[in-house]
Amino acid sequence: MSDPAGPRNTVGRARRRVDGRAKVTGATRFADDVVLPRTVHCKLLRSSVPHGTIRSIDVSKAEAHPGVLLVLTGKDFPIPFGILPVSQDEDPLCRDRVRFVGDPVAAIVARDEATAFDALDLIDVDYEILPTRATPLEAYENPSPRIHEYGEEGNVHKRVSFRFGDTDEAFAASDHVFEDVFFFQGNTHLPIEQHASIAAPDPDGKLTIWSSTQVPHYLHRALARALDMPAAHIRVVACPNGGGFGGKTDPFNHEIVVAKAAMILGRPVKIALNREEVFYCHRGRHPVLMKFKTGVRSDGTITAMHLKTFIDGGAYGSYGVASTFYTGALQTVTYRIPRYRFEACRMFTNKPPCGPKRGHGTPQPRFGQEVQLDKIAEALSLDPADLRLSIVERPGTVTANYMHVQTIGLADCIASVVRRSDWKTRFRKLPHGRGLGLACSSYLSGAGLPIYWNKLPHSGVQLKLDRSGGVTAFCGATEVGQGSDDVLVNIVAEILGIDPLDVRYVTGDTDLTPVDLGSYSSRVTLMMGNAAIQAAERARDLLAGAVSKKLEVPASRLVFSERRVFDAEDPGRGVTFQEAVVLAETELGTLGTTGSYTPPRSPARYKGGGVGPSPTYSYTACVVEVDVDPVTGWIRVPKVWIAHDIGRALNPVLARGQVEGSVYMGLGEALMEEQTFRRLPPRLSPALVHKFPSMLEYKSPTSLDMPEVDTELIEHPDPRGPFGAKEVGQGPLLPVMPAVANAVYDAVGVRIDEVPITPEKILRALDDLAKGKPGRYGPESFPEIRYPEPMLVPTPWEGGDGNAVNDPERQRAAKME
Amino acid sequence: MPLLQLSLEINGEPVETAVAPYKTLLEVLREDLGLTGTKHGCELGECGACAVLVDGQPVLSCLVVAAACEGRRVETVEGMAGRDGALHPLQAAFADLGGAQCGYCTPAILLTARKLLETNPEPTRDEIADALSGNLCRCTGYNQIFEAVEEAAARLRASR
Amino acid sequence: MMRLPLFRYMAPRTAAEVSAILADHAPGEALVMAGGTDLLPNMKRRQQTPAIVVSLTHVADIRKASNGNGMVLGAGLTLAELTRDPRIRMHYRGLHQAAAQIANPLLRNMGTLGGNLCLDTRCNYYDQNYEWRQAIGFCMKKEGTTCWVAPSSDRCLAVSSTDAAPMLIALGAKVMLVSRKDGGRIVPLTDLYVNDGIGYLTRRHDEVLTHVLLPPAAGWTSVYWKLRRRGSFDFPVLSVAAAAKLGPGAMVDAARIVLGAVASRPMEASDAAASLVGKTLHDDAAIAAAADAAYAHAKPMDNTDFVLHWRKRVVREFVTYALRELRGEDMRETRRKYGRQDLVWVS
Repeated sequence: MSDPAGPRNTVGRARRRVDGRAKVTGATRFADDVVLPRTVHCKLLRSSVPHGTIRSIDVSKAEAHPGVLLVLTGKDFPIPFGILPVSQDEDPLCRDRVRFVGDPVAAIVARDEATAFDALDLIDVDYEILPTRATPLEAYENPSPRIHEYGEEGNVHKRVSFRFGDTDEAFAASDHVFEDVFFFQGNTHLPIEQHASIAAPDPDGKLTIWSSTQVPHYLHRALARALDMPAAHIRVVACPNGGGFGGKTDPFNHEIVVAKAAMILGRPVKIALNREEVFYCHRGRHPVLMKFKTGVRSDGTITAMHLKTFIDGGAYGSYGVASTFYTGALQTVTYRIPRYRFEACRMFTNKPPCGPKRGHGTPQPRFGQEVQLDKIAEALSLDPADLRLSIVERPGTVTANYMHVQTIGLADCIASVVRRSDWKTRFRKLPHGRGLGLACSSYLSGAGLPIYWNKLPHSGVQLKLDRSGGVTAFCGATEVGQGSDDVLVNIVAEILGIDPLDVRYVTGDTDLTPVDLGSYSSRVTLMMGNAAIQAAERARDLLAGAVSKKLEVPASRLVFSERRVFDAEDPGRGVTFQEAVVLAETELGTLGTTGSYTPPRSPARYKGGGVGPSPTYSYTACVVEVDVDPVTGWIRVPKVWIAHDIGRALNPVLARGQVEGSVYMGLGEALMEEQTFRRLPPRLSPALVHKFPSMLEYKSPTSLDMPEVDTELIEHPDPRGPFGAKEVGQGPLLPVMPAVANAVYDAVGVRIDEVPITPEKILRALDDLAKGKPGRYGPESFPEIRYPEPMLVPTPWEGGDGNAVNDPERQRAAKME
Repeated sequence: MPLLQLSLEINGEPVETAVAPYKTLLEVLREDLGLTGTKHGCELGECGACAVLVDGQPVLSCLVVAAACEGRRVETVEGMAGRDGALHPLQAAFADLGGAQCGYCTPAILLTARKLLETNPEPTRDEIADALSGNLCRCTGYNQIFEAVEEAAARLRASR
Repeated sequence: MMRLPLFRYMAPRTAAEVSAILADHAPGEALVMAGGTDLLPNMKRRQQTPAIVVSLTHVADIRKASNGNGMVLGAGLTLAELTRDPRIRMHYRGLHQAAAQIANPLLRNMGTLGGNLCLDTRCNYYDQNYEWRQAIGFCMKKEGTTCWVAPSSDRCLAVSSTDAAPMLIALGAKVMLVSRKDGGRIVPLTDLYVNDGIGYLTRRHDEVLTHVLLPPAAGWTSVYWKLRRRGSFDFPVLSVAAAAKLGPGAMVDAARIVLGAVASRPMEASDAAASLVGKTLHDDAAIAAAADAAYAHAKPMDNTDFVLHWRKRVVREFVTYALRELRGEDMRETRRKYGRQDLVWVS
C-alpha cells in the first residue's frame, strides 16, 4: 500500500510532534478547559450502598436549595446504554437498582459546583440493602440475588469454551505436562486528567458535547440512543485526553446526564469528576484467576495448551464480553502452539466495572504464560531465552485458533534484549538478591472488528487543499497523548512532500471529521494511517496530473518533496507545492480527497472468532533486572531492557515514548498498583468500598521509582502497516510483569505467581522456602467452574476451515448461504 | 459571603480581581482569570499537576487559598514563552524530545524544572528525578522528561 | 473539582493575635493554617470545616532559625528551608534526613515544621472523601462512633504520620506554645503527644506552636530512616529516629530511639535505647538486642499502606539500619534501595 521505495520526507525522522507546541504552552484545550458563556455545573449523587434497590428518592429539598437549577433522577432516563450491543446494562442514573458504591443515582445542576455539591446532601434516597458479592467466587457460589437480570445464569455474565484440536491426546503424548495457577490483581488507568464533559445546545436546537473520551463515534451512538435524538443532531467533540489508557473508551453516565441537562436548561452544563469518581468510572484491568496446563516435549516444543480463566467483571458489562475472549485469544500468536483449549468465565460483582486497560484482557494470561514458560525452561534445563527462540511462531502463520500472523520480529527482539542486558553472562550467575528475568508478548495492531456489527470502514480521512497551498486533514481519531495527530499529519506531509507544520488538522469531531472508531486496541496508527495514505495519494495524483500537463513531464516521474513538485530526472524543473495546488484547482475545481480503511477478513469463522484477529501483530521482548532484599523482601528494579517489533517507527521519538510509558505502567502493575476493596464486619455494616480511591494511596510510581529503560525499536516493515508500521502503545506493557516475576526467581529463588509482586509476598515465599516448603506465593487452586461444551474447531493443519464443527447455529446459517 | 478583593502579579502583569472566598489559587487561575494551562488531577496535593510558581517557588495551586496570594508574584505556564512567542528552552526540549505525551502534567513539570535550572544549571539525572518527584506523569515513564530537562539545561548554559 | 467549604480567612501578624482569635472561638471553629498542605485537603474532604482559618503566613518571627543554646527553629519554617539549612545538616543530620523525606519537593516548599508536628493523625478509613466516609457510616474520628480499624476499640487508632516528631523527640527537642491566656509555655516535644487518634495533641485549642528548641548537638549524632512504598509523596508506614551521644570507639554514652507511624503518637523505645548505653555500636549483638527491644514497641494497625504483619516484621531491620548508620557505616546503598535517595551528610 505504501511507496515501495520507502519514505523520503518526514516518516521515520525524529521530529517535534505537531501538537508539541500546544502541549508545552498550556494551549491544548482539554475538556475541562472548555469555557462557554452561561455555563452551569453538574454534580452526581452516587450510591453509598454497594447493592440495593431504590425504594424512593426525595429531591424536593435539593430542588428548593438556592442556586439549584435542575435535579435529575433515573426516571428522567428510561433508556439504558452500554458500549457493546449485547450489554446495554447501564443507566445514566440508576432507576431501581444500585450495584456498587459510586453508581450514580441523581444529578444536580446548579449555578456553581460548590452549590451543587452542597445540595447533594439534601437528596434523600431510601435503599433496600441487598447481599453483596465481592469476589467472582462469591458471585459464582451465590447465584441469587442476581446482580443483573441478564447473562448466562446467576451472576455469570459470560462463559466461553473452545477446543482447537484434541488437546487431551496431545497432553497424553507429551514428555511433560505443567500445570500452574496464577492470579492477576485488578488495577486502574489513573490518567492524570479527571474525566470532564461540557454539553451545550446549539442555536438551531441541536446538541454539542465536548468530552474527555477516546471514542467520540461510540459516544455519539450512545447519546443518540440514550437521549432518543437523531444522531445527526448531536455533535461530539473529543478533546485531547489528558491520558486515557483505555479508561475513557466507554460512553459514561455523566456524559449522557450533562447532555440531557443542557437540552432541558437550554444552556451549557459542565461536569468535572473528582478523583474518587474517576476510580468509580474505572473500566480497568479485570482481576483474573487463571490456570495453565501446557504440554511440552523434552526440547521445549509446546504440544498443547489448556487455559482456564475466571474473571472479576465488576458491576456492569462494559467491554466485558470482549475482555473475556481476550483472556485467551492471543496465547497462540507468540509461540507455536499446535493444539489449544480455552475456557473463560466472567462474573458480575458489586464493584466498579472492569474494562479495557492498556492490553485489554491479555496482560493477565500473558503473565501466566510467560512465568510458566520460565518454569518449563528451568525444569528442562534450558535457557529461557533459547527456549523462546526455539518456539517462536513463524511469519505468515494461521494459528490453531485462526489468528493470522503476519510479520514477526520476536526473535530479533529476544536477541536484542539478550545482547544488551548481557543475559548470557549474568542470568543465573548474579549474586543472591540480584536477578534477571525475561518475557515476551504480542499485541493487536487494531481489532479486526468494530464493537457493533457493520461492514463500514474503520477509519476515514478527508483532505482539503486550496489555492493558498494549505492542506487540512480531517479524521475522527482522537489524540490521547499517543500522538495520533502527529501520525495523521506526518503521513500526509510525507506523501505530499510538505512540512508537517504546513498541515492543519481537525480530529475527533463527529460533525467535521469522517468516522474513526476511536483510540483503542492500538488501531489508530495502522487504520487511520492507511486511510491517510489513501487520501494523500489521491491528492498527490490530482496534483501530479495537473503539474504533469504544465511541465510536460510524465506524472510517474514527479517527486513531491521539500514543498515542491519536480521532475525526478531534472530536479530543477518543477513548481512549488502551492503552484501545484493552484494548477490542480484550476483544472479540476475545488479539491478534496478521501481515504478509508477496512481490515482484511479474518480466517476465524467460528462464533467468538471476532475477538483477537488483527491486520497484524506487534511483538516485544523484555529483560528486567531486580534487586531483592532477602531479609525484608524489598524489591527494586534498577534497569529494564526492551525491544519492540514496531514494523516501522513513523516518529521514533513518539514510538520510544510509547514503549517506555508502557514499561512504566507495567512496572506499576508489577510492583505496586492495585484496585482493591474492603468490607466492614458484616454484623456491623453492609459496606463494600474501594479501599483507597485516591492518588496518594493508589500507588503510581514516581520519578524516583522509575528505572533507566534501554529501548530498541526493531523495524521490519509490515506490508499491512502504513509505511510498514505496527502498533506500539500497548504491547510493550505486557512482558514487564512476567519479566519482573521471573527476575525475582532468579534473584532469590521464589516464585510469585501473582501480580502485584510486593515485599510482603516475597517474604512469605522466602519464609516458606526456608521451612522447606515450595518457595511460592500465589493462588493455591482453581475452582470447579462449569464451562459450556467446547466449540470444536479443527486446526488449519487438521484441515479446518475456521468454523466449528459443532455449532448448530452456524451450520444452519452456512446451509442457507 | 462577599467576594474577596485580590491584587497580585501574574506572569509579570498586575491583576486585580474579586473572587469567591473559598477559592484556591488553582480555581482563580482557571475559572476567574481564564488561565487554563494550569491543570488539576486530584485537588488534594497528591499528583502535582497544578504546580505554579509563587514568589519563585513551585507550589501546588490546589492547596493555596486565593486570599493568601494578595501581593504575591505568580507564574504559570502561559508566562513561560517569550513575548515574541519563542519557547523557553525547556518547552522546546519537551516538545522535541517526547517530554510531553498527553501534555496534562506538562505545565506543572515545566515550571518545577524551570525553578530547578534556575538554582542548579547543570543538574545530574538524580537531581532532576528528585526535583520532579512531586509531579506524577502517567504517560512517559519519565526518562524522556529527564532527557528534555538535560537538553534544556545544556541549551540554557550554551546561551549564557 | 473538589471545593473548599466556605470559611473566613484571617492572617494576623503575631502569634498572640492568632491565639486571641483561637481563644475567642470554640474548639474546631477557628483553625490554624501554616502551609495548608494538611488542613486544606482535610477541609476539601470535609474532615474539618472551620468557620475561620487563621493563617500564620504573616507571623514573621516564626519563620527564622537562630543559634542559641543549640538551635531555635521557627515553626513556620518550610520543610524545604529546613533541608537547605547547613547547620541542620551538620549538627542535626537526622532532622535533615527526616525533613528531606517528607512528602515531595512541592509539598516541602509549602509545608512547615510546625505543621508537620501537628499533622492530623491518618487512617485509611478517615482520609477519604465525604462521600466515601458516608458509605462506611463514618468513623469514630469524625461523625461516626466505630473505629473500623478495630471495631472493639474504645479509642481511635489513626496513625501518627509525622516524620519530624519522632526525630525531634529523639533529639530531645522542646516546643514553645504561645497563648493569650498564659503567654506561653515550653514543653518537651514528647509531651505534646497522646496515644489517641483523636486527641493526639496536648496543645490547647487556643495555643499556637511557635518554636522548636533543639538542645546543643555536642557529641550527639542522629539518623532517620523512613519506610514507604514510593520514593516520594507517601507518608511513613514505619520510621526509626535514632540519636546517640557517642564516645571513642562508638561507645554509647546516651541514646534515644523513637518509632514513627506505629501508633497514634511517636513511640519511644526507651529500653531499646537504654540497652545500648555502655556498649559500642560496633557490637552487632548489642544492635540486635536493641532492635529486638524496639520491635516490641511497634504496634502497627491495619490502616496504612502495606500489610500489617510485614510492617511489624521489618521494624528490626530498620532499627538495625539506623544504628549501623549511627556508628558511621556507609548505608547509602541501603538508603537508595528503600528511599531512592542517599541522604547522607557527614556529621
